[in-house]
Amino acid sequence: MSQATLRIQKISGHAGPVPGEGTQREYTVCKLIDTTTCIGCKACEVACLEWNDLPFGETVFDNTIQTMPETRWNYWNLIKFDEHEREDGTFMWLMRKDQCLHCAEPGCLAACPADGAIVQYANGIVDFQQDKCIGCGYCLTGCPFNIPKFNAETKRVFKCTLCVDRVTENLEPACIKACPTGCLHFGSKDDMKELAEGRAKQLREHFNFPKAGVYDPPGVGGTGVIYVLHDATQPELYGGLPKNPKVPLSVRLWKHPLKWLGNIAMIGGLLGLFAHYLRYGPKERTEEEATPGKGEQP
Amino acid sequence: MNAGQQILPPGRIVRYSYRERATHWVAALSYIYLLLTGLAFWSPWLFWLAALLGGGPVSRILHPWIGLLFTAAVIYLAVMWARQMRTTEADKAWWRSLRFYITNQDGKMPAVGRYNAGQKLLFWGFFYCGLLLLITGVILWFTEQVPWDLRVLRYAAVLLHPAAAMLTIGLFMIHIYMSVFAERGAFGSIIRGDVSERFAKRYHPGWYEEVVRPSAVQK
Repeated sequence: MSQATLRIQKISGHAGPVPGEGTQREYTVCKLIDTTTCIGCKACEVACLEWNDLPFGETVFDNTIQTMPETRWNYWNLIKFDEHEREDGTFMWLMRKDQCLHCAEPGCLAACPADGAIVQYANGIVDFQQDKCIGCGYCLTGCPFNIPKFNAETKRVFKCTLCVDRVTENLEPACIKACPTGCLHFGSKDDMKELAEGRAKQLREHFNFPKAGVYDPPGVGGTGVIYVLHDATQPELYGGLPKNPKVPLSVRLWKHPLKWLGNIAMIGGLLGLFAHYLRYGPKERTEEEATPGKGEQP
Repeated sequence: MNAGQQILPPGRIVRYSYRERATHWVAALSYIYLLLTGLAFWSPWLFWLAALLGGGPVSRILHPWIGLLFTAAVIYLAVMWARQMRTTEADKAWWRSLRFYITNQDGKMPAVGRYNAGQKLLFWGFFYCGLLLLITGVILWFTEQVPWDLRVLRYAAVLLHPAAAMLTIGLFMIHIYMSVFAERGAFGSIIRGDVSERFAKRYHPGWYEEVVRPSAVQK
């Protein structure tokens, strides 16, 4: 892929047109995570830490192999482990690599007030620009997946970049490179979608997973990270993956009707007051005022 | 009233004590800061306001602290003014005659005391919006501390905080218009504390009667 994929097609808190909107012909990229072949080895977690040079943090022991409950500002890739009892009483592990899903319609970007702090490149990657971030945390509220994480020391928010620095150099993301089972794939969205659908069909027809399917939620315009799930009807089982994620209603109300009503009311109010002054003027005028050189009433 | 403590030119009446004026200006200046930085976060078209005031991150850090100062000042004003800001029967008559007030026919307005009904609405509007802004503001201040299961608090806060701010902006615009442009002498009174007898009789006849009553003068 060329460097032109770093042209910006969506930008947060930006007045005026988007710099690179509608200028690309390259495909958008996509990561496919096949949860049915994940063995929970956490190689992807380590590769992520290594490539992105993230400082280590303490893990939490709660008698399971879940080393921490959710991603952190310095831990962008976390496998969520769930012990699941199937309908026939047998046990199975549900293991899902959790990370930023790189939504086509990102809630974080919609909520962000800082110019250029969150961008979506022409290749679909949603990236945080910490130098432009003001640390308000609105992206935490905009994200339906609980992904952006706040660093209390630097007052900046971090998350998975989909290894944008590798992708623009024609390399696959670090996690993909580290996966030993081949459950991670990287390519164009179209190719990954096709591969995922094929795998889901295989699971339905040959592996006794009649509800197997692909997770590519339309509520956020589809995602740049898609999953194959054994049971696509219950994504919640996989570490709380939301069934029908959307940018929260209150964020949409705030950014659209409230914003426009507020703007109209503020501008209308100013104009209205000005018109009132032109029509009626001050409530009272004094003699002093009418005499030049005498100044205003004390 | 503590008119006896100051020497005023003849025909002047003390309207606001030093304590009232100082608290008003703490609230006013902090509100203006909150307004400018808040508008910067509100719209990309106004984000330059944050740059003007030290940058986005600085505005993000100071906005909540100044917000605390603002709410403290408003609460202190409420402590001083709660009694005077109580709604009375006369206020209903005032609202009924609102069109005369708007069209500058003040002679047709019912006699009002220290504050007219509009001023009372302004005050309580700021007071209750201030409380709502404080509560939602604290949630937004510590957004990252709100657990995922309580995220509905964040959803409420991102909507209610700007909505309450919009209401205060409406009140603020009318307040500035009335005090700086419409009622000559009002702006000076919140700075120097006194108004002319003429002003008192015209806009607050009930209050004027109260102040010039002999018993009040003796205090």
